[in-house]
Amino acid sequence: MTPDATATDVAPTGQAAMPATDTPSVPTGAGVELRSLSRQFGATLALDRFSLTIAPGELVALLGPSGCGKTTALRVLAGFERPDQGQVLVGGRDVTRLPAQKRDMGMVFQSYSLFPNMDARANVGFGLRMRRWSGAKRKARADELLELVGLAEHRTKYPHQLSGGQQQRVALARALAIEPQVLLLDEPLSALDAKVRAELREQIRAIQQRLLITTVFVTHDQEEALSMADRVCVMRAGRIEQVDVPAALYARPTTAFVAQFVGVSSRIEASFDAGQPVILGQRCTARPGSASRETSARLDALLRPEDLTVTPDHDGEATVVHSSFLGGTTRLDVLLGATVLKIDVRSDVAARLSPSTRVRVGLHNDEVLLVEHLEPEGR
Amino acid sequence: MAQVDTASIDAEYLLAFDRGAPEASMVAKQRRRFSIPWFRWLVLLLAALFFIIPLVAGVIFSLQNDAGQFSLDSIRAINQQIGFSDAFRLSLQLALITVVISMALVVPTAVYVHLKVPKLLAAVEFTTLLPIVFPPIVLILGVLHVTPPFLKDHAWFLALFYVVLAMPFAYRAVESGLQAMDLQVLVEASRSLGGRWGSTLLRVILPNLTTSLISSVVLVTALVFSEYTMSSLAGWITLPVWTEQFAQANGHIVTAVAMLTLLGVWVVLSLIVLVDLSRARLQQRKRSSTS
Ligand SMILES: Nc1ncnc2c1ncn2[C@@H]1O[C@H](COP(=O)(O)OP(=O)(O)OP(=O)(O)O)[C@@H](O)[C@H]1O
Ligand SMILES: [Mg+2]
Repeated sequence: MTPDATATDVAPTGQAAMPATDTPSVPTGAGVELRSLSRQFGATLALDRFSLTIAPGELVALLGPSGCGKTTALRVLAGFERPDQGQVLVGGRDVTRLPAQKRDMGMVFQSYSLFPNMDARANVGFGLRMRRWSGAKRKARADELLELVGLAEHRTKYPHQLSGGQQQRVALARALAIEPQVLLLDEPLSALDAKVRAELREQIRAIQQRLLITTVFVTHDQEEALSMADRVCVMRAGRIEQVDVPAALYARPTTAFVAQFVGVSSRIEASFDAGQPVILGQRCTARPGSASRETSARLDALLRPEDLTVTPDHDGEATVVHSSFLGGTTRLDVLLGATVLKIDVRSDVAARLSPSTRVRVGLHNDEVLLVEHLEPEGR
Repeated sequence: MAQVDTASIDAEYLLAFDRGAPEASMVAKQRRRFSIPWFRWLVLLLAALFFIIPLVAGVIFSLQNDAGQFSLDSIRAINQQIGFSDAFRLSLQLALITVVISMALVVPTAVYVHLKVPKLLAAVEFTTLLPIVFPPIVLILGVLHVTPPFLKDHAWFLALFYVVLAMPFAYRAVESGLQAMDLQVLVEASRSLGGRWGSTLLRVILPNLTTSLISSVVLVTALVFSEYTMSSLAGWITLPVWTEQFAQANGHIVTAVAMLTLLGVWVVLSLIVLVDLSRARLQQRKRSSTS
C-alpha cells in the first residue's frame, strides 16, 4: 500500500476485527502500526516493547498515569523521538527513520503552540506554505478550516488575542490543514477549564468522525478517553495493559490496574467453595483475566459501584458511612468489615439510606474479576 | 551591562504577555502601584546626579568655543576634521561585520544548544562569559601575539576580535529571548507541519526573537564604537582612536563627537524600549477587550 492510498478498496491493515465507525464516508487517514517499540531515557524505560495497531479513521486514546510513556509513544510516532528498538509503520510503509517534517502528521500540543508572530489564518496556513501553496489558495483553505472549528470571525486575530480554548481550536485547524495521514493530540485540553474542555472534546470527536481521520489522543483523564475514543489503550510503565473499546474496558477489565484506573472499583475478598469463588454469600464465576488460586492463596473481587446492591436491613452487617449526591444517582460509602465499598444507587432510593443506616450488600452480576489480595487500608 | 538587563527584562515581560501568562501582568501591575519611600528617592536622586552631572558638563563644554561662549561651531566643525570621516566609516564597517558574524554564530548555536543539548546550557554560557573574565589587556596582547601577520594587514581582522569581546553581550541577549519563548514546542509544531530547519529558523524562531536580536545588535555596535585599546595597539584609527588623538588638538570638538555618539545610542535604545512598551500595552488592551 502506498502511503497516500485512500482505503476505498483496501481492507484496514490486517485489523479485520476493528470496530468500524458507522459513518458512511471513507477514511482519509492511514493505518498505523507500532511494532515492539522500546525507548529508554537513562534508567527509565519510557516504552517497553510497545505494540499497537490502529485502523484507518480510528480514534485511539492512550490513557495512563503520569510518566507511563504516553507522550513518548506519540513523539516516536510523530518522529520527534527515535525508538531504540521497533518500527513505526504508517499506511504500511516503514517510517521509523523518516524525520518529523516528512511524516505528514498533524499534531496538537498540550501547551499553546501557535506561532505568536502570525495571526490565526497564517498559523493555519503555515503547513500549506511549507508545501508551497500559493497565497490565495492558502488563505481559502485556512478560512475553510477556521470555519470548521467555528472560529471564522477570529481569523485575523493573533494568538495572544485568543482564549486558551480558541488557541487550541486554531492549533487543531492548523494540524488538519495539511490533510495529515494521522492526527496526534497530546493532552490538548488539559490546560482548559472543565466546561470548555467538555465542549471541545465533543467538537474534536465530531470533526474526527466527519473527516474520518486516524487519530491518536493522549490523555490521563479516563472520562475523556472513554467518551471520545473508538478504542482505549491503557498504559502502565511503558507497556500496554489493555486495549479495548470503552464499554468493554470498563465492564471487563483484564488486570487489577485497569480496573482501578478506569472507573471506580471496590475490593471484597473472595472465599472459595469447591473451587468456585463466593462473594457476599453468592456463588460467582471468575472472568477471563482473573488471577488464579495457584499464583496467590488469597484473592479479591474487584467490583464496580453499579455491580453492588444495598438494602436497608436492621440485622445487616454493613453500615452506610457517607453519601454523595451525583444527580440521578447517589454514591454511598458503605463500611463492610474493614473495607469501604463504593456503591451507586438511584437518588430516590438513597434518600432512605442516610449515614449510619444498617444495610445488607449484594451483587447484581455474578461474573467477577479476581485479583491478588490486598489488605484493606485502615480508615 | 545595565542595558543588557533592561533589554532582557523587557523581552521577558513582553513574551510573558505573548504567552498569555496572567501572573506576569499581575506582577507588573503590582510593581507599578508600589510606592517608593523617600529614602529610595534620595538614593535615586544621588545616583542620577552622579550620572547626569558629567553628561551635562560634557554637553555644555561641547557647546562652547575656545573663548568660553555658547556656539555650535564645534558641532558644525566635526565633519571637516581631518580623519574623522575615515575613522567613522571604519568603525561603522567593523560594527557591521561584527554584528553579522556575531549573529551568525550566536543565534544558531544558542538555538541548537537549547533544543539538542540543554545539559550544556550552563557550560556554553560560561564559555561565552570568558572574554569578560580575562583582563582585556591580557586578551589583547595575547591575540596580537598569535595573530598571523597577513591577517593584521587588514583592519577587518579587528572584527574577528570584536566578535569574541562582544560574545558575552550578544549571547546573553539572544539567550534570554530564547528562554522566554517555548522554543521546543514552536519548533516541533513547525516541523510537524513540514517546516525544514531553514524555514523554521527564518519564519518561526527569528520573528519571535526580534526584541532580543535588536538589543543584541545595539550592544555589539556600542561595543565596537567604544573599543579603544585593541585598535590602537594594532595601529588602526577607529573612531575611539581618532577621538583620543584629536582630543589633544581640540577638546571642544572631541567632546561634541562623544556627546553625539552617546545621543545616537540613547535615541536608538529609547526607540526600542518605546516600541516594546507600546506593543505590550497594545496587547494588554486587546487582551482585556477580548476576555
Ligand atoms: N527527554 C527525556 N529525557 C529523560 N527522561 C525522559 C524524557 N522524556 C521522557 N522521559 C521519561 O520517560 C518517562 C515517560 O515520559 P512521558 O513524557 O512519555 O510520560 P507521559 O505518560 O506523557 O506522562 P504525563 O502524563 O506526565 O505527560 C518518564 O519517566 C519521563 O521522566
Ligand atoms: Mg505527557
